[in-house]
Amino acid sequence: MNYVIVGNSVAAVGAIRAIRERDQQGNITVISREKHNIYGRPLISYLLGGLINEKRMAYLPNDFYSQNRINLLLESEVVAVDTTAKKVKLAGGDAILYDKLLLATGGDPFIPPIEGMPDKDRIFTFTTWEDAAKLKGIAPDINRAVVIGGGLIGLKAAEGLNLLDKPVTVIELADRVLSSAFDRPAGKIVARKMRANGIDVITEDTVVRIEGDGAEISGVTLKSGDFISCDTVVVAIGVRPAATFLKGSDIEVNRGIVVDATMQTSNRDVYAAGDVAEADDFFSGQKNPMPIWPDAYIQGDIAGAAMAGEKKEYVGGLAMNSIEFFKVSTISMGVTNPRDPAEYEIHTYQDIQNYQYRKIVMQNDRLVGAVLVGNVDRAGIFSGLIREKVDMTPFRESLLTPDFGFLHLSREIRNSLFAPQGKVADNGRTEQAAGH
Amino acid sequence: MKRIYTLEDACIGCHLCEVGCITEHSLSKDPVKAFLHEPERPISRCTVEELHGGIISLSTTCRHCDEPDCLRACISGAIQKNADGIVRIDAEQCVGCWSCVMACPYGAIQRNLKKKKANKCDLCPDRQSPACVDACPNRALVYREGSQK
Ligand SMILES: Cc1cc2nc3c(=O)[nH]c(=O)nc-3n(C[C@H](O)[C@H](O)[C@H](O)COP(=O)(O)OP(=O)(O)OC[C@H]3O[C@@H](n4cnc5c(N)ncnc54)[C@H](O)[C@@H]3O)c2cc1C
Ligand code: SF4
Ligand code: SF4
Repeated sequence: MNYVIVGNSVAAVGAIRAIRERDQQGNITVISREKHNIYGRPLISYLLGGLINEKRMAYLPNDFYSQNRINLLLESEVVAVDTTAKKVKLAGGDAILYDKLLLATGGDPFIPPIEGMPDKDRIFTFTTWEDAAKLKGIAPDINRAVVIGGGLIGLKAAEGLNLLDKPVTVIELADRVLSSAFDRPAGKIVARKMRANGIDVITEDTVVRIEGDGAEISGVTLKSGDFISCDTVVVAIGVRPAATFLKGSDIEVNRGIVVDATMQTSNRDVYAAGDVAEADDFFSGQKNPMPIWPDAYIQGDIAGAAMAGEKKEYVGGLAMNSIEFFKVSTISMGVTNPRDPAEYEIHTYQDIQNYQYRKIVMQNDRLVGAVLVGNVDRAGIFSGLIREKVDMTPFRESLLTPDFGFLHLSREIRNSLFAPQGKVADNGRTEQAAGH
Repeated sequence: MKRIYTLEDACIGCHLCEVGCITEHSLSKDPVKAFLHEPERPISRCTVEELHGGIISLSTTCRHCDEPDCLRACISGAIQKNADGIVRIDAEQCVGCWSCVMACPYGAIQRNLKKKKANKCDLCPDRQSPACVDACPNRALVYREGSQK
């Protein structure tokens, strides 16, 4: 069996492990455009800011590839897939045959056309190790930077530059930062903390023109008419599934590559996983890209199992983010900001002065979302309750208590999680007797 | 693999499992030194919950899951599952992003805020049986060959 994986990031790792658990013999080829072995993509802001060194960028030990007998092709770009001849074409002209193909190409940064942009030098995106290295390289010459976009990637870029003591202004079109993951109070807390640490945050505005003579940037003009002087611009509006190389193939691409619950695409020998895929959403069941690290791993695992002949099913993508800014921890998951709140039951607790906030969102007596700011300890219990669709009717009163835990839930749930019964050979009867 | 299971009815809420864990993960492995004299007291990897003034209590700890959500969420690769099935955190590699805290449905990962490192049960690599299990005076914790679910 010839397995070919395009992309060498977390979805690929999930798939490689899943394949090797089931098939020790098959050939696995991994093709990546980047020059690095797998690294923690979300760590590029830590690298930029000097919080970690290059060694710690490695997501896995280098022998991961040899241990799993991977044929690794770095700095190779796939430009087309021929599903009839079952081969992928590389930029250099070579072709590689596959029996089962996984597309795990992630996302490409989206760069909107902005007046004045084409001839400027110091315009960056921020999604790769290379991007971070380039920014770090010119950092001594940066006097003032503007980051376009106040989503996760934009804020991370701003944080990295701030750690290098560079004055940064973030410009966000929505009324708050992190608008996709957070509700208003949480977004406000984060913005407040950023401002207190010297990052300027401008909301409900956007850059319409990049100013300057020749290749040099002198500043940006905003829609409101304001001018902000700067010499460097980071464009972080968002990422789009990296699927353009599939044009003209029979693989269905909507916003991302459309996949079923086993990560199979419209072509039966081709699978997709991670940021490039458009799989079922946990709540709606509708196809929806879910560009987060944990889901990329999970989807890769399911795809790898399917490619090696075992059917596992994806339960649906559940949005989840853990972001820490200037020592304020924030975790959000599921539905955090419902469009029609009347259909949901929402409970909140806030102490904005101390950067503490908690929000619980329920629908039909089931927990569907949570936002935690400040004290995020044991937040995963909530994600478990969401995933398991536990009926919260008896426990709803305790959901906001700071020490919320398993004792607030039923004994049945606790036993199913922690008790030996049903999990060890003799049901733990001897031990139980000893306890009484 | 061997896992730690909890017998809720036998738990008396004494927190000695936590004392045992803290001691085992201290520099001196001596409870008094660990609690009083060491510069940084470790954080317990097991968590005793109490309700109604201790009428019910329960010690919770990592399940060393077959498909660990913590590992899948970890952005740095600090969390790995070894050949024996034990899920451990490499503190050196951890960046303190708390993605694992967000993902673990058992609430089994602690935040060490001082060190900005995540903390979890390692099943005590230097011992025959985990310190929490040995410390429990009423055998409410059992260390047995068994499954996660
Ligand atoms: C700055 C930053 C911070 C982030 N922080 C977080 C966070 O805290 N938590 C979180 O959950 N997520 C975070 N993310 C998102 C997370 O990194 C992604 O969800 C995750 O990396 C997706 O993994 P993937 O395997 O799908 O693809 P990717 O990691 O995007 O990797 C895809 C790889 O495929 C390669 N490739 C693409 N096209 C081709 C081609 N045609 N030929 C060959 N190779 C190709 C790419 O070059 C890339 O190396 C962050 C992202 C960024 C940029
Ligand atoms: S920390 Fe949580 S998710 Fe990770 S192995 Fe332990 S119980 Fe499972
Ligand atoms: S806190 Fe550390 S161990 Fe947990 S997900 Fe982040 S890097 Fe991994």
